[in-house]
Amino acid sequence: IHFILLFSRQGKLRLQKWYMTLPDKEKKKIIREIIQIILSRNQKTSSFVDWKDLKLVYKRYASLYFCCAIEEQDNELLTLEVIHRYVELLDRYFGNVCELDIIFNFEKAYFILDEFIIGGEVQETSKRSAVKAIEDSDMLQE
Amino acid sequence: MALKMVKGSIDRMFDKNLQDLVRGIRNHKEDEAKYISQCIDEIKQELKQDNIAVKANAVCKLTYLQMLGYDISWAAFNIIEVMSASKFTFKRIGYLAASQCFHEGTDVIMLTTNQIRKDLSSPNQYDTGVALTGLSCFVTPDLARDLANDIMTLMSHTKPYIRKKAVLIMYKVFLKYPESLRPAFPRLKEKLEDPDPGVQSAAVNVICELARRNPKNYLSLAPLFFKLMTSSTNNWVLIKIIKLFGALTPLEPRLGKKLIEPLTNLIHSTSAMSLLYECVNTVIAVLISLSSGMPNHSASIQLCVQKLRILIEDSDQNLKYLGLLAMSKILKTHPKSVQSHKDLILQCLDDKDESIRLRALDLLYGMVSKKNLMEIVKKLMIHVDKAEGTTYRDELLTKIIDICSQSNYQYITNFEWYISILVELTRLEGTRHGHLIAAQMLDVAIRVKAIRKFAVSQMAMLLDNAHLIASNTQRNGICEVLYAAAWICGEFSEHLEEANQTLEAMLRPKVTTLPGHIQAVYVQNMVKLYASILQQKEQSGEKEAAQEITQLMIERLPQFVQSADLEVQERASCILQLIKYIQKLQVKEVPVAEEVIALFAGELNPVAPKAQKKVPVPEGLDLDAWINEPPSDSESEDEKPKTIFHDEEQRHSRHRQPEIDEEELARRREARKQEQANNPFYIKSSPSPQKRYQDTPGVEHIPVVQIDLSVPLKVPGMPMSDQYVKLEEERRHKQKLEKDKKKKKQKKEKEKRGKHHRHNSLHTESEEDIAPAHHVDIITEEMPENALPSDEDDKDPNDPYKALDIDLDKPLADSEKLPVQRHRNVETLKSPDSEAPLAEKKSKKPKKKEKKHKEKEREKGKKKEKEKKAAEEEEEEKKGEDLDFWLSTAPPPASTTQPQSQPEVGGAHVAESQEVEKEEREERDEEEEDEGKKSSKHKKKKHKKEKEEKSKDKKKSKKKSHHSEEEAAESVQNGTLDDEPLPPMSSYRLLAENTYVKMTYDIQGNLQNDSQVTVSVIFENKSTSFLKSMELNVLDSLNTKMLRPEGSSVHDGIPVPFQLPPE
Repeated sequence: IHFILLFSRQGKLRLQKWYMTLPDKEKKKIIREIIQIILSRNQKTSSFVDWKDLKLVYKRYASLYFCCAIEEQDNELLTLEVIHRYVELLDRYFGNVCELDIIFNFEKAYFILDEFIIGGEVQETSKRSAVKAIEDSDMLQE
Repeated sequence: MALKMVKGSIDRMFDKNLQDLVRGIRNHKEDEAKYISQCIDEIKQELKQDNIAVKANAVCKLTYLQMLGYDISWAAFNIIEVMSASKFTFKRIGYLAASQCFHEGTDVIMLTTNQIRKDLSSPNQYDTGVALTGLSCFVTPDLARDLANDIMTLMSHTKPYIRKKAVLIMYKVFLKYPESLRPAFPRLKEKLEDPDPGVQSAAVNVICELARRNPKNYLSLAPLFFKLMTSSTNNWVLIKIIKLFGALTPLEPRLGKKLIEPLTNLIHSTSAMSLLYECVNTVIAVLISLSSGMPNHSASIQLCVQKLRILIEDSDQNLKYLGLLAMSKILKTHPKSVQSHKDLILQCLDDKDESIRLRALDLLYGMVSKKNLMEIVKKLMIHVDKAEGTTYRDELLTKIIDICSQSNYQYITNFEWYISILVELTRLEGTRHGHLIAAQMLDVAIRVKAIRKFAVSQMAMLLDNAHLIASNTQRNGICEVLYAAAWICGEFSEHLEEANQTLEAMLRPKVTTLPGHIQAVYVQNMVKLYASILQQKEQSGEKEAAQEITQLMIERLPQFVQSADLEVQERASCILQLIKYIQKLQVKEVPVAEEVIALFAGELNPVAPKAQKKVPVPEGLDLDAWINEPPSDSESEDEKPKTIFHDEEQRHSRHRQPEIDEEELARRREARKQEQANNPFYIKSSPSPQKRYQDTPGVEHIPVVQIDLSVPLKVPGMPMSDQYVKLEEERRHKQKLEKDKKKKKQKKEKEKRGKHHRHNSLHTESEEDIAPAHHVDIITEEMPENALPSDEDDKDPNDPYKALDIDLDKPLADSEKLPVQRHRNVETLKSPDSEAPLAEKKSKKPKKKEKKHKEKEREKGKKKEKEKKAAEEEEEEKKGEDLDFWLSTAPPPASTTQPQSQPEVGGAHVAESQEVEKEEREERDEEEEDEGKKSSKHKKKKHKKEKEEKSKDKKKSKKKSHHSEEEAAESVQNGTLDDEPLPPMSSYRLLAENTYVKMTYDIQGNLQNDSQVTVSVIFENKSTSFLKSMELNVLDSLNTKMLRPEGSSVHDGIPVPFQLPPE
């Protein structure tokens, strides 16, 4: 996974995580481009878009789009599962997650993502242990 | 009121947290920018305060603003401050901010090295975790180099939480610092069998990613992965492993055979679509790599196709899409099995989703046959009419042309049909692919002689209706077809029935609105038409009509003479003069038709686009050799122009060098001269730039000029590409004989349609060798020497993964070991109280020492190289055999001898003889030795020495100097035994014991160098007094020796660098 973007239907970015280093300008350009591509796609179309030499895999949950950029040989379905798993994790952590949760606790959303994916690779496939790790570190925080 | 405002702003200054900021931004929709700049000012104030909590809050807010697109790089230093906070709450925020906004260009990033190192070794696993996570986002080559060893140590951490993170980070480290791969790889491999599934899957992930890029280095791991694949139930892991195998099989077909069975089992049994999809993909890859000679795998193909059909039939668009995608992969090797699903794929053309339709189109390309071509194209034409978006319609159009023209029109049985399809396509509005259609028209008309009559009539019709096409000229490319139409009508005017009418159509004033290059073709072909009409009239004795037509030309041509386009203008005025001259002759009643028609005598033949490339370099011609003496460097400036001029002249005189034999040359030269003489447009003055342009290619360094030429060549015989294209073709006439034959064949084919099967196969064959004589040369000409197919070529030289193409089976050289910060423990021993020296101080010291250390390593490496070589070779041989053995024997992939276990085996062997010697060890207690001296000695010691001493030293946590085995050992001896599970390697046995001291030992094969073993010894003080100084010595034997510090003699002992308090 090269990067993950979360954005709303209005095209507002909610979360961005890059697993490759790019200058900020470049990132902004890419973000704008991708949001535009995905928002312009029909609801009924498939969730995969070829974009440059990468593939975009996205999924919409309520008003939020979750989008991952993966490489040519990567498995699209697995990436969808990754997205779904992340949503499940958020859900578990926040308890019925909604966009506002992510807006107001954006750092938490990042922490969860970090527990789940590191350097573009899935690190924890078990929901339970991922959430537990977050909760434990939250405990530590208090 | 004012007071309230002041109060409010003070409040905000101290209280505004992230939530307030978010809320504030949402409440200030109209003047967001202003509000945020105000907030940033506040944040700047907050960052100036000493309170770390306030700072952390500010950084947290900044991170949010960063996401909104604001630049926060100015706060990088503050972020580091927050990162180094001791409280986890703040540290976490600091690292988050860092991971979001640091990148390789951030200069303060060097300052973080020691902070990160400290966090990595923190007793709190979440501190370590957060540092690792952060590092994964902003690791730089420098950081990777400095921290590689620390992270490697963490790979053997007692907590799986840390282990798995460390394993994943290693991948990032490898990318940034490829030198670390070899030293770290053995441990990474170890993690494949980690008891914790998370760690295991992390290791699988990393190795898969590595192997995908450079599969050949990982072939030896195949047996291990095979075992994992057959035993694992975790789909996430399975998918990765299967993907890895997909990358490996092309290199080792035997592996593929072995895989087919378990994969088909998985395909049958799994319910997870992602896994199924991955399996199918890999099976396809396997089958492709096996390619021929595997007839009994048609079952697996069938299975794949069936499963894919289920995917395609699924209502989920994603599955449909992927099904089609995978199907197209099968299509390449097994077109037959896919063709049976044509119905389904045609259905997909009706899908609402454009991306699915495009995939289906891709598939159709491979599915056509002679039988179904017309049917499929008809369907596509219907879609063309229905299609809304221009992009999709254009795509359809190109696909139709691709499908029809593939393998040299192999599937077209009726060219009249094809021409009418092309004509129909011209009615498309707003397509960008006019030139494509035009090229097809030209190609077909030139190459299929029998179709010319029909083509000409169709083209005449197009010209007649040009206003339909040209009405919207400027905005689309469809008018390009007029280019083709005009040329075809002109060139093959003998087939034209209503030549007069066509000529008139071409002379319409409206034509002047067409693009210049098309007008130029018009002008040129008008003359051709005119010439044939003239001939016709003269033959039938209609002088009146002949003069009429000349008059018409003279009347209408001036409109082209006025053209703004240079090409059109030039041609038109030349032709106008010519025709005026003809008129004079006509008035004198001189028959001119013969002469006029002679202008265009001879047939134009198609030239293969790559023909130029295939011209062989004649023997004895060195294209790279200087024609003149190369200008010497000392030449003065003013001389240079002269040399260049010289050069060109010379080149010109040799321009015919590339042609094959002298006779042929003479003949061609003659032919060209005649052509030139006959050609009124040929400027006969000595070397015109055009001429040189045409002539030079042979002599010049081919690739350069070629590019220019290939343009006219691609559209063979185009009048627009000027007279010299004709000449060029004339020159190649000989080479094209094959082609003529082929054309005849095609003609026959048309006449006797029943027989086309055989003909077609012949015809494709003959097409292959358009220029058979030169065919052999293609390889050497087109490819650079020893170029490898695909693989190397499409790799980006800047590809970060390329650096990781490292042979992992070779034992490590000393020089490759990771920089280790081994002096640390000494430092702490020296001053156990100064726990945390200043960061700056720390960061400087280690670096210097590292360098020193590295240098020494290198020296050592050289020495050792020789003795290692033999061992290496043996090792590799064994490995090769192992894999072969595993692959060739059918029985279960017995976990017998896996390459992985070998280093240890080797190690143990050495250790055997070593044990004996250890008995001879002498250890003495020496009173009162200078501490400083000792530690300085210790510094010199290499970290790979055979003996590693351990103590009960209480500053254990500071001792992170050595490899992880030592780390593990450490935790054992530190009395933490009770809380933590015993690492498997800590099987310490008694070495010797007396009233003063007890020693237990353990032997480890050195993971980084299999010609060495590490013997760890634990000393226990049994006496009641302080053991202040010890020395360790071993008598070297033939087979073993102790690694001693540089410069010490064989008999020197190593002082033990610590003191033992009484128990």
